[in-house]
Amino acid sequence: MFETLFPIFVLAFFAVLTVLIMFYLPEILGPKTKSKRKYSPYECGLIPQTDARERIPIKFYLIAIAFVVFDLEVVFLYPWAIIYKDLGLFGLFEMGLFILILLLGFFYIVGKGVLKWE
Amino acid sequence: MANVIFYILAVIALTSALMVVTRKNAVTSAVYLIVTMCAIAGLFVQLGAVFIAALQIIIYAGAIMVLFLFVIMLLNLRKDEFGFDTRVFQRLFAGLLGIVLLVQLIMVVSRLPVVAGQPVDTEMGRVAPLATKFFTQYLYPFEIISVLLLAAIIGAVVIAKKKMGK
Amino acid sequence: MLLSIFIDVVKVIVVFAGFMIMIAYTTWFERRMVAFIQSRLGPNRVGPAGLLQPIADAFKLLFKEPFLPEKSNKVLFSLAPMIAFIPPILAVAVVPIGDTITIAGRKVELLISDLNIGILYVFALGSIGVYGLVLAGWSSNSKYSLLGGLRSSAQMISYEIGLGLSVVGLLMIAQTFSIAEIVRQQSGSVLNWYFFKQPVAFFLFFICAMAESNRLPFDLPEAESELVAGYHTEYPGMRFALFFLGEYAHMITVSMVTASLFFGGWSGPFLPPIVWFLIKVVAFLFIYVWVRGTLPRFRYDQLMRFGWLVIFPLTLVNILVTGLVMVL
Repeated sequence: MFETLFPIFVLAFFAVLTVLIMFYLPEILGPKTKSKRKYSPYECGLIPQTDARERIPIKFYLIAIAFVVFDLEVVFLYPWAIIYKDLGLFGLFEMGLFILILLLGFFYIVGKGVLKWE
Repeated sequence: MANVIFYILAVIALTSALMVVTRKNAVTSAVYLIVTMCAIAGLFVQLGAVFIAALQIIIYAGAIMVLFLFVIMLLNLRKDEFGFDTRVFQRLFAGLLGIVLLVQLIMVVSRLPVVAGQPVDTEMGRVAPLATKFFTQYLYPFEIISVLLLAAIIGAVVIAKKKMGK
Repeated sequence: MLLSIFIDVVKVIVVFAGFMIMIAYTTWFERRMVAFIQSRLGPNRVGPAGLLQPIADAFKLLFKEPFLPEKSNKVLFSLAPMIAFIPPILAVAVVPIGDTITIAGRKVELLISDLNIGILYVFALGSIGVYGLVLAGWSSNSKYSLLGGLRSSAQMISYEIGLGLSVVGLLMIAQTFSIAEIVRQQSGSVLNWYFFKQPVAFFLFFICAMAESNRLPFDLPEAESELVAGYHTEYPGMRFALFFLGEYAHMITVSMVTASLFFGGWSGPFLPPIVWFLIKVVAFLFIYVWVRGTLPRFRYDQLMRFGWLVIFPLTLVNILVTGLVMVL
């Protein structure tokens, strides 16, 4: 186990090191000028009036729920795919039933217009 | 060596879990929860269960935490709006429930057989044996999961649509 | 033991350095190519054919002032570009760049780590990558950033499902998650390429991967014309560049994984394996640039509808057909 993971840690070390250098080197090299306007968030030249963090539409929450559910489906498909050759037709039926039940949920959210963005 | 890695991962997992409940900013809490999930995935890797570790990251750190972040942004809690909850009864009740859970956990954990230093079952890491068991012996629970997921998605839509007033 | 550690470190340094150079020159490659597509010349002043342009850009960005916008969340604001940049680099670890070679009697595999869950490792890193955009959008305290971050995350999670499902058909045939093993299965003849066994899966995979890396025609998160620059509106200098280069790193990783999964990776006649691998990767990078130079951007509703109502059912049909063909 250690032999397979050690190189990944070395790679991660280099990646993190590079990112830290790229992120913090301009702190040393770059100029430092102060002006109040520079720090204000960009809003096409207007002065921001309200807090930028507004409440987001509930649609995103529904998309996220759908994502969690179908991501779980995908995760169940991975081990199934690996042994599919051994399972044969039986495997196709059991997974078919599983996906069919989930597709009911899919048709429900499509019918309810969750995926419409007008 | 293995012990050192275990303790490092355990400390990361516990510290960030502690941060999750102590941070005042909900988004920061969520980020610490992601760190906790990743540290737990690391513990799975150490046990030789790389497949479970990958699923831990894909599902918990990758999918469920995105949902959490969306919900946090949906509610958009500001500092002044969510100070400490002042309802005394609820806080007491929550504390009580926490103690009950702790006692239960201690009871369960203390009854587990102690198997220190036992070599890890390397079969665990490979997917095929695990999958074969899952799709033959545990077929019924597997099919039930789909019904559970169906209930989850329909429930979410019903609640959200009620709020939208449509 | 010591020798194998030494070999590991050397491999990592070579691959990492090569990857960083590839990132830098993909920016040049894209600018030149898009320029030719649009009948322009592109950057051609710094060095021969503009080849020193990426280095000049790097130095320029290093000397820009780094600052934090007011009311931004300092820690998350700094963390976001790092999360966007690191995962695509780590994903390279499981992609083999050549066949096993023998140096002084030792067999050396030309990949960093033969993790037996290869593809899942890549997907796990991809699912972490979403946070770079979402946190950048939220922590910047800018309306454009928030909208860009939200859009991009909703887009990425929608296409992540298509991405995961599209390879299932391939996994059913290959019976392994290891990318090195999948490449080995395809070596020998062009007809062994999984592209010929799973053509639909390839197109779905590549489209989803393109959406995952936020490239045109799926670059809604940035959509200059409506969101200024999306989630990285507030990022200055090199910090912006981390997102920018992260996108290129993502492109290269996707090209490498696609070449390995569907087009036999390093396998090919006459030329050395590494050359074949690079030819295939550059070919996919060219397709990326070509698509960018040709297609206009999706509208957001079109994008979501396409992901959920076209890609998602198609991947399921692909799995069903693969399953039926394998059994019957």
